[in-house]
Amino acid sequence: MREILPYIINGISVGGQYALIAIGYTLVYGILRLINFAHGDVFMVAGLVMVYATTALPMYIALPLVLAVTVLLGFLIERVAYKPLRNAPRMSVMISAIGVSYLIQNLAFYITGGVPQPVSTPIPWISNNVVVLGVSTKRVTLITPVLTILLVAVLVYLIKKTKIGMAMRAAAKDFEAAQLMGIKINSVISFTFVIGSFLAAVGAMLYFTNYPSVAITSGGMPGLKAFVAAVFGGIGSIPGAVVGAFIIGLCEELIKGIGYTTFSDAFTFALLIAVLCVKPTGLFGEKVTDKV
Amino acid sequence: MLKIENLHVAYGGIQALRGISLEVPDGKIVTLIGANGAGKSTTLRTITGLVKAASGSIQWNGEELLGKSIDRINSAGIAMSPEGRRVFADLTVLENLKLGAYLRKDKPEIEKDLQWVYDLFPRLKERSWQLAGTLSGGEQQMLAVGRALMSRPKLLLMDEPSLGLAPLVVQDIFSIIREINRQGVTILLIEQNANMALKVADLAYVLETGNITLSGTGAELLANEKVKEAYLGKHRK
Repeated sequence: MREILPYIINGISVGGQYALIAIGYTLVYGILRLINFAHGDVFMVAGLVMVYATTALPMYIALPLVLAVTVLLGFLIERVAYKPLRNAPRMSVMISAIGVSYLIQNLAFYITGGVPQPVSTPIPWISNNVVVLGVSTKRVTLITPVLTILLVAVLVYLIKKTKIGMAMRAAAKDFEAAQLMGIKINSVISFTFVIGSFLAAVGAMLYFTNYPSVAITSGGMPGLKAFVAAVFGGIGSIPGAVVGAFIIGLCEELIKGIGYTTFSDAFTFALLIAVLCVKPTGLFGEKVTDKV
Repeated sequence: MLKIENLHVAYGGIQALRGISLEVPDGKIVTLIGANGAGKSTTLRTITGLVKAASGSIQWNGEELLGKSIDRINSAGIAMSPEGRRVFADLTVLENLKLGAYLRKDKPEIEKDLQWVYDLFPRLKERSWQLAGTLSGGEQQMLAVGRALMSRPKLLLMDEPSLGLAPLVVQDIFSIIREINRQGVTILLIEQNANMALKVADLAYVLETGNITLSGTGAELLANEKVKEAYLGKHRK
């Protein structure tokens, strides 16, 4: 138990980071039936902005700035690359998403010159070491799952109890009927991207605090794993994405714990294939009824 | 009063409406009958703003509706209960009704209208916490109508409210249509069930392949030989 405990603590933390990204995938899928391939890159941009902002500006400006820039980026991606394709076949939107992903990576390449940007304790307090249950770890590891659960609770409240949440759920089911109620579909979709990007930005700040540097491809792996988590939990379902993310985070770390570090990524993707074969709708997924 | 003049609508190259003109006077029930593909749904969808017209005009109390957004048209007092009901299946009955009042801000009045809808459809009140998807077809139709009424429309557009419902339920729906109209809501109804529709209608139009070919009071069309032949079944006694 003593030996495994640090891995459990880490696993829960990694799971929380995946969850924050996975929600972005699942929300957008829920409303547009689109896998937003650019989401991992939005996450990477948030990391880059954090590196730049925290070295140049005081914390209380830098962190809100990271959130604001990321949210704006998510909003713009939707307006520029997805909205004009609202009535196009779904495949076109997906290809556009792949295009956006590479565009962002290459813009980041242009800005960084391709050099990984070193992360040097961007947010000091959460990078401090603490000892919990005899295990020494960074404070961020403990904060991540708590913050994740808190944000998810706020999000679930927003979706279940508020007017805009009700509009989101209605639009996710039936665009046209929602429009007949007077719901402005484009605002609802923009709002969805804003939430997804906001959570990805929070995730990025927690994630990159633990990493030595942010490279232009840094969004790839966590993005893919969060995507697997969303599919595993049942894409379109928020609780599904969160549960899926925590399970994947825990499994990865436990596999590292028993000595198969290099196998842990392979496990995640093997899980994706297994889920798609055995239960394509995932843990909490709804029956697939194609939107007409 | 709703006044449509020389309305043309096309989907791609296909002419769905070829210059129709019709009037829906305040306080009346007006019906539009016709075969599948005649352009009935297109007419309603163009009024709501879901479909863009090629040319013509739709005047609502003197205000031009063509080119206005769907939410503007809804706020102007026009609501639709769409074909196939289209209730939000995984939202509760109450949430569906609240969405009907999405654009309204007057909370106490919304509450009043909710009671009004519950009085019209007591079944919806009993089931207000149930998911709309678990309702029967007739109840879903009632919900679709109730949801449209929650915007407190002056004009209610109804697209095939009897579709797929058992004959007894159809009777209920039509008596509710009369009741809603008695309470001051103007109704534009389209129906395949021409017999029922003409019986409740003050005014009726027959739509054939994008043109209006006949018009008159409900009773006149009910007695018209051509209508009998084409829509009511020739051998009906």
